[in-house]
Amino acid sequence: MILTRRELIAGSAAATGLLYAPAVLGQGKPKVVVIGGGAGGGTAARYLAKDSQGALDVTLVEADPVYTTCFFSNLHIGGLRDFDSLRHGYDKMAAGGVTVVNDRATAVDREARTVTLAGGQVLAYDRLVLSPGIDFVEDSVPGWSLDAAEIMPHAYKAGPQTELLKRMIQAMPQGGTFAMVAPPNPYRCPPGPYERASMVAHLLKQTNPTAKIIILDAKEKFSKQALFEEGWGKYYDGMIEWINPEFGGADVAVRPDSMEVVVEGVAQKVDCCNVIPAQTAGRIAAIAGLTDESGWAPVHPDSMKSRIDGNAWVLGDSSAQGDMPKSAFSANSQAKVAAMAIRAELTGSRLFPAKYSNTCWSLLAPEDGVKLGASYEPNDDRIASVESFISDTGEDAALRRRTYEESLGWYAGITADIFG
Amino acid sequence: MRRCAIPAALSIAVASGAFPVAASEIGDPLRGAELFAEECSACHRIGPGATDATGPRLNGIFGRRAGSLAGFNYSRAMLRMGNDGLRWTLPTLDAYIENPKALVSGTRMAYRGLADAQARGDLMAYLRAYSDRPQDIPEAEPTARASAPVLPGWILALQGDPGFGEYLSAECTTCHQRDGSDQGIPSIAGWPEQDFVVAMHAYRQKLRPHPVMQMMAGRLSEEEIAALAAYFATLE
Ligand SMILES: Cc1cc2nc3c(=O)[nH]c(=O)nc-3n(C[C@H](O)[C@H](O)[C@H](O)COP(=O)(O)OP(=O)(O)OC[C@H]3O[C@@H](n4cnc5c(N)ncnc54)[C@H](O)[C@@H]3O)c2cc1C
Repeated sequence: MILTRRELIAGSAAATGLLYAPAVLGQGKPKVVVIGGGAGGGTAARYLAKDSQGALDVTLVEADPVYTTCFFSNLHIGGLRDFDSLRHGYDKMAAGGVTVVNDRATAVDREARTVTLAGGQVLAYDRLVLSPGIDFVEDSVPGWSLDAAEIMPHAYKAGPQTELLKRMIQAMPQGGTFAMVAPPNPYRCPPGPYERASMVAHLLKQTNPTAKIIILDAKEKFSKQALFEEGWGKYYDGMIEWINPEFGGADVAVRPDSMEVVVEGVAQKVDCCNVIPAQTAGRIAAIAGLTDESGWAPVHPDSMKSRIDGNAWVLGDSSAQGDMPKSAFSANSQAKVAAMAIRAELTGSRLFPAKYSNTCWSLLAPEDGVKLGASYEPNDDRIASVESFISDTGEDAALRRRTYEESLGWYAGITADIFG
Repeated sequence: MRRCAIPAALSIAVASGAFPVAASEIGDPLRGAELFAEECSACHRIGPGATDATGPRLNGIFGRRAGSLAGFNYSRAMLRMGNDGLRWTLPTLDAYIENPKALVSGTRMAYRGLADAQARGDLMAYLRAYSDRPQDIPEAEPTARASAPVLPGWILALQGDPGFGEYLSAECTTCHQRDGSDQGIPSIAGWPEQDFVVAMHAYRQKLRPHPVMQMMAGRLSEEEIAALAAYFATLE
């Protein structure tokens, strides 16, 4: 194994015990800085403050004053949820003892243990937590760049992009074509693109029933495929076409200026195009030097601690941890393990064995929900799936409605768990 | 701590692994008829032409999905369990009669439960005579009698560690809100410890339906279940 300069520094520091000395010995409370106030970072900050009961100084750095959940943003596109219901502020977090700084982190100095913010402020830390979500891989879809997102939205970071995509769908001409370029693995929310196709179909069915949806996909198969395909046949017969690699799904470019998708060299005009590019860890994770050649940040499976720096933790979508899908549920679950491990290091509180879990609900049509989930445990090299389940095809309407209602309960539960 | 003396019969609630037994082992239907009159008839009707009363009619109870009689106003909790797939079979009905709230937490049935396993068997032997296909009973589903391995007393007597429970509870609060709000997912705050323990074991043994809960409970140890029960009991 070839060590990078940073690993060498972290390694030698470990040997001398310099960076790892319990911060309780120093003056003042141990400081934890959390970058990213989403599913992972919000949960971590809140649990660190709540469970340490004032023994830790917890600062949350978040670029946006209000968080818009990606989860359930497809339901907004489908017309089943208003936009405001996706938005969550940080005032309760502040009341729970977290210092919330509304700014963007631009640099991390892991030797000095400081975070620099766009506004110039420099924050010192004893432990750093990063949960910055995802960024997009440049040029993963030829012809598309972040600038083109105003014409061909990704809507894969929720917010103005979600609203833009919805407006564009509503403005499609009768019988028009909606194209989606689906992302390659790994990406956040494996069933997300297909739930989106279902919700777009639901929206169009009411006002534009002759419209078509094409999904251009570089993957041979996708999450909950049998359930989605059954649902599409039942509710949106003939409307959705999934184009896998065999039919050119892996050879796709776009031309935003002329609103065209190019499949195996053949250009086709479309009326709305949702490009969900390939993904990588939130940029600040790479800036901090915590990612590897995969673009994701490797972590220890028993604690979510970075494998590159013993004072840093990486949670949620940005982390490379093993079998858990990149989801809000996973990020929330990982954050609780991380918060416990950090408290144990800084305050000597009890350390319990790590347990993780995930459940992802998806909506096929109003009141027709399906789910899949698994429990996970750390083994020597990764977080490994222990047991899993998935909804069955052919379930009756009562069970599907119940599953949908349960997903509403989950949304209320997890947002309260993240934001207070 | 509330959990101290545990009636041995409570353990029967967590039965597992159905296999057929002879009819006589279910119980004595004549004794069951007496019990029905004493314990159930204030609210339930059974027999030809029986109608719903305070409680739903009990004709055809075996094999029926919980909360599925059209026209009866069930509690939300009962509807939820039915939609999750709870069907009345000997083991599930046995668990319900023993401790209604342990199986269906929010049930409206204001019945303290029947601790005596033999009495429950007698009662069910009576009820089964009014199910559609009594000839199937008890040799086959849905009324096959489960073997009921006794849940050792030590499990029920475990003193949970609420501090450990608080840590473990973080797994629960992704869905079940700590403040007890109940929207699509039932509240588990302030639940009596014993009911909590029995319910978790019922999921573990797949008596209670619901894949997420079967999975979550399935990997909890006895100590962990006790710890969670101790913690959630303290929440108001
Ligand atoms: C359409 C769609 C549907 C989905 N549906 C579900 C679902 O049903 N269930 C589910 O569990 N998951 C779902 N997900 C996935 C879920 O949204 C993500 O997996 C989850 O949000 C990841 O959490 P995170 O903490 O890693 O990142 P995020 O929640 O994205 O949080 C990252 C935060 O960091 C901030 N940030 C980034 N860089 C900086 C910086 N340098 N300085 C300051 N702040 C910064 C961002 O502003 C953001 O608020 C869905 C995703 C999509 C796109």
